[in-house]
Amino acid sequence: MTATEKIVGNTANFVDERLGAAKWVKKSLNKVFPDHWTFMFGEVCMYSFVILLLSGTFLTFWFDPSQKEVVYNGAYEPLQGLKMSAAYASTLNISFEIRGGLLMRQIHHWAANIFMAAIVAHLLRVFFTGAFRKPREFNWILGILLLTLGLVEGLLGYSLPDDLLSGTGLRITSAIIQAIPVVGTYVSFFLFGGEFPGTDFIPRIFTLHILIIPGIFLAVITIHVMLVWYQKHTQFPGVGRTEKNVVGHPILPVYMAKAGGFFFVVFGITAFISAVASINPIWLYGPYTPGQISAGSQPDWYMGWLDGLVRMAPPLETHAFGHTISWNILIPAVIIPGIIFTGMALYPFIESWITGDKREHHLLDRPRNVPNRTALGVMSITFVMVALINGGNDIIATNFDLSINQIMWFSRIGIFILPPLAFIITKRLCLSLQRADRELLLHGAETGRLLRLPHGEFVEVHAPISPEKAYQLQSHEQLVPLEIADVDARGVRRPGALKNKLKRRLSKAHAVSIPKVTEQELKEIENH
Amino acid sequence: MSNELTPIDNSALPQHSPRATDVNPASEKRAEQQVAILFGLSAVGSLLLIYSYIFVKDNVFIFIPIMGNQNAQQLGIGIGMAMSLFFIGIAAIHWAKTLMPDKEIVNHRHEFRSSDEDRAELVQTVKEGVAGVQLGRRKLIKRSLGVAAGLFALPPVLLLRDLGPLPGKKLETTNWKAGTRLLTDPGNRPILASDLEVGAVVQVLPAVADMEHRPLSDIAKDPVLLIRLRPEEFQLDAQRLAMTHEGIIAFSKICSHMGCAVALYEQTTKHLLCPCHQSTFDVTRAAKVIFGPAARPLPQLDITVDAEGYLVARAPFNEAVGPSFWERNSQ
Amino acid sequence: MKRLSRYRRHKAAGPLLLIFALLAIGTTFSVASATVKESQSVFDRSASIEEGKQIFLKGCSSCHGLNAEGGSIAPSLIGVGAASVDFQVGTGRMPMADMSTQAMRKPRVYNEEETAALAAYIASLAPGPAVPGESELNYERDGNTAEGGELFRNNCAMCHNFAGQGGALTQGKYAPTLMGVEPKHIYEAMITGPQSMPVFSDKTITPEEKLSIIKWIKSAEAEPNLGGATMGRIGPVTEGLLAWVLGLGLLIGIAVWLTMRAR
Repeated sequence: MTATEKIVGNTANFVDERLGAAKWVKKSLNKVFPDHWTFMFGEVCMYSFVILLLSGTFLTFWFDPSQKEVVYNGAYEPLQGLKMSAAYASTLNISFEIRGGLLMRQIHHWAANIFMAAIVAHLLRVFFTGAFRKPREFNWILGILLLTLGLVEGLLGYSLPDDLLSGTGLRITSAIIQAIPVVGTYVSFFLFGGEFPGTDFIPRIFTLHILIIPGIFLAVITIHVMLVWYQKHTQFPGVGRTEKNVVGHPILPVYMAKAGGFFFVVFGITAFISAVASINPIWLYGPYTPGQISAGSQPDWYMGWLDGLVRMAPPLETHAFGHTISWNILIPAVIIPGIIFTGMALYPFIESWITGDKREHHLLDRPRNVPNRTALGVMSITFVMVALINGGNDIIATNFDLSINQIMWFSRIGIFILPPLAFIITKRLCLSLQRADRELLLHGAETGRLLRLPHGEFVEVHAPISPEKAYQLQSHEQLVPLEIADVDARGVRRPGALKNKLKRRLSKAHAVSIPKVTEQELKEIENH
Repeated sequence: MSNELTPIDNSALPQHSPRATDVNPASEKRAEQQVAILFGLSAVGSLLLIYSYIFVKDNVFIFIPIMGNQNAQQLGIGIGMAMSLFFIGIAAIHWAKTLMPDKEIVNHRHEFRSSDEDRAELVQTVKEGVAGVQLGRRKLIKRSLGVAAGLFALPPVLLLRDLGPLPGKKLETTNWKAGTRLLTDPGNRPILASDLEVGAVVQVLPAVADMEHRPLSDIAKDPVLLIRLRPEEFQLDAQRLAMTHEGIIAFSKICSHMGCAVALYEQTTKHLLCPCHQSTFDVTRAAKVIFGPAARPLPQLDITVDAEGYLVARAPFNEAVGPSFWERNSQ
Repeated sequence: MKRLSRYRRHKAAGPLLLIFALLAIGTTFSVASATVKESQSVFDRSASIEEGKQIFLKGCSSCHGLNAEGGSIAPSLIGVGAASVDFQVGTGRMPMADMSTQAMRKPRVYNEEETAALAAYIASLAPGPAVPGESELNYERDGNTAEGGELFRNNCAMCHNFAGQGGALTQGKYAPTLMGVEPKHIYEAMITGPQSMPVFSDKTITPEEKLSIIKWIKSAEAEPNLGGATMGRIGPVTEGLLAWVLGLGLLIGIAVWLTMRAR
């Protein structure tokens, strides 16, 4: 026994005698994680979060969360002598007087943008592959919660430096709060400590941004990851992979080395982007005052779609009985996001209601094999994309020689037309891909080699596909519509006829698919 | 589905094929060297960071194609940090991929549903536990608990009451009063009507006691945009026309939609555009909304001149400025 | 790109790039100062009004009318002043190439002398803002950068963006970028209000304040990229795009490599 082994052994013994951890740790180290590049999005999220915690902590050492008015006398000449809040001045100080401070600010902001991008990519992967199905519905809902928290946390962080852009964002936030009927004005006054902007919001959102929300984040992420651990990861279908097992590399050593290495890669790439690309140059924006504004005032990308919706909203307000309801704010900024987020959270239950499928699923769907879900996903992406494009309409207009009015009208009409169109096209595309799969399975792969038969006919040579490939193509389940009769076995009308009708129609639409290759068909081909 | 394909044998993983590094000692050696080089690059990055932090001055700029003039210190620290982290990661992954065992293993899943006995036992335990509380029997405790629990939730809410004052009429009042002078912002200089040429625009604030320290909450309501047109260009009713002075018209600069500063005045079209959500207002028609999400015109300030000829407000705004709110009476 | 950035750390890279940078700055500066000098020495008060009239009749009268009284497609030029002519013709906006939404900055058609003659002719029709002289444009001496920044954010940023990069107006019109515009032309634009731009009267924004604005714009123009490539200084839109394309793109690349089996 070497000295190292002895030390490790003694330590392990010390811990195990007190915690009895050996059994659990042994089991855990043999835990298996399947490999697929799309499974790494969740890890990007988690690592970005760690980067955010580290860089954020660094920033708090110098940031002064106060709206006390100061006169700037720092290193950045074009702002010297101006009155500004201590928060803005200290952010300038971090940028120009702390070595590596600007880099850390940029790492923090880039990491936030990548964090949100990775959350969306992760969400899309889980959605399109059906990984949210039983038993993972809780984790899906936690994911939606994390996305929502991310939006709020990002907005607060964007607001903290108290520059012109962040103040404009807060002004809009306060207007949205004020638009809430009955309580809005009061909520706004309580949040801002009086009229907007007041002198309290920076310290308040600072506490929320660095303590409360990260705390909730940490708790929810922990549960999220523990559930993945406990329920084991899903896997794509393949030979040797079933609903009853999970195939991959064990934690020790391969997965640990890869995942650990990937953390450094994510941090490294974030640092690289932060070194070469500027983000949020607050010294150019200037300190916030409500009387100023810049052309092209935009939120960060993950809020851009909301801003785009607000821009395209119709000018509707209800004035009655001495009260005002701003539909032009409520619909795009409260009602539609509310519907979208609630719909997303409930989707696993809605789908299982439509399909009547109450089984556990651990094998992932290939998106083409569930055309309705895939089409719904693409439809939602299209909706958000149209809104996002409209959110940047002024930037697009100046850079592509267009008019903001044109883009606005394109979006106003497109938001109704393009998502359904995307739905139809995607569904067709999925069915075509299924048909192609079927062809591949029946006739083999096209080789591009042409052969002339003795009687003059040209045929393309098809090569047989590997058994693994063939397995992948036919391992999915054929979708079948629910059979719901309006009358029960004794001919009595069942209650809830309308509900049944809806369910039947949805189920039928959901089950549209190309018939799978049957044994008989394969035999016929062979006999040919 | 009787004629479904007979499943391909799915009981075992496909044959595991060895990697080059598994069979060829030369490539194993090479992979090892590659990992070492990658770790070495990380160390180089760390040294670069240290060097840049200590020895590069923060006023040195270097020109880099595409990126332009860059701060050498920031770039050195950043690239150093990126290398130092990135290559550790790449080295570890490369090591894992080429040299660590790559045979996949199988774990088995268990059904999450507990057995029926366990469920029954749980129900029993809970039942017994709840029965032990005896809430059904001890009415007095039940009621007092109800009272206590109900009241106990109130103090935490009440303690938040002082987060802010009640709105009152604050959103409906500004610092504009009859006779308040219009001052340039910045500069705080009074303005003569003749100071503005046709086509001119100027942002003004009201004269108040302490003009050096205007609270931001005031600046969120007070800014007014003065625009001078040819009087014949107005298409206003008599009442609105009376609120102008020699072709000078004054609107609140705070958007009636979400409170951004509406300040993009197009001299040719006489349109005011809000850069936040692109609401467009027609100045000649009392800031009527002609495009975008805003539902109300910008409030117009009634202006005139005082004895010395300086522009002043004749009356306060006759409606609340800025975004809508529930209590706003828009009649 | 990555390989390039590694060379960047070469021992000689720092000094070499520094030399390059110095050379570049030197050349730009000498070119810039040369053009400034040229533009100011040529302007000649004695330029003949008659010569201007001839140029006007040939190049401008088809739209603006024989006596500059304006037409259906072009405004009257009576009373717009020499400054307006100097701005419109000096930046190449006039004569317009086509009837687009708005006249663009482009290489100018008339040289310094012709422009001066045109300006003199228009100024002779009715009084209007004059071309500011060299002594009135000494923004380095008379301006204050920080104050100019505040004025800029109050009066200019809403159209021209926080860094003077330009922005969108209604119906396809736009506020142009202010980068690379001569101080004289910026000044003239403020006092004459060309096209969509309103007039900023000398009484409400004093000449000193105008010089401060110019000084701030010039400082923003010369400002090195303090935090890395600026991506146009147009705010979070390009930042979000980069986060997805470069950030997530690189990470997906690594993830694909990471999960791929080694051969």
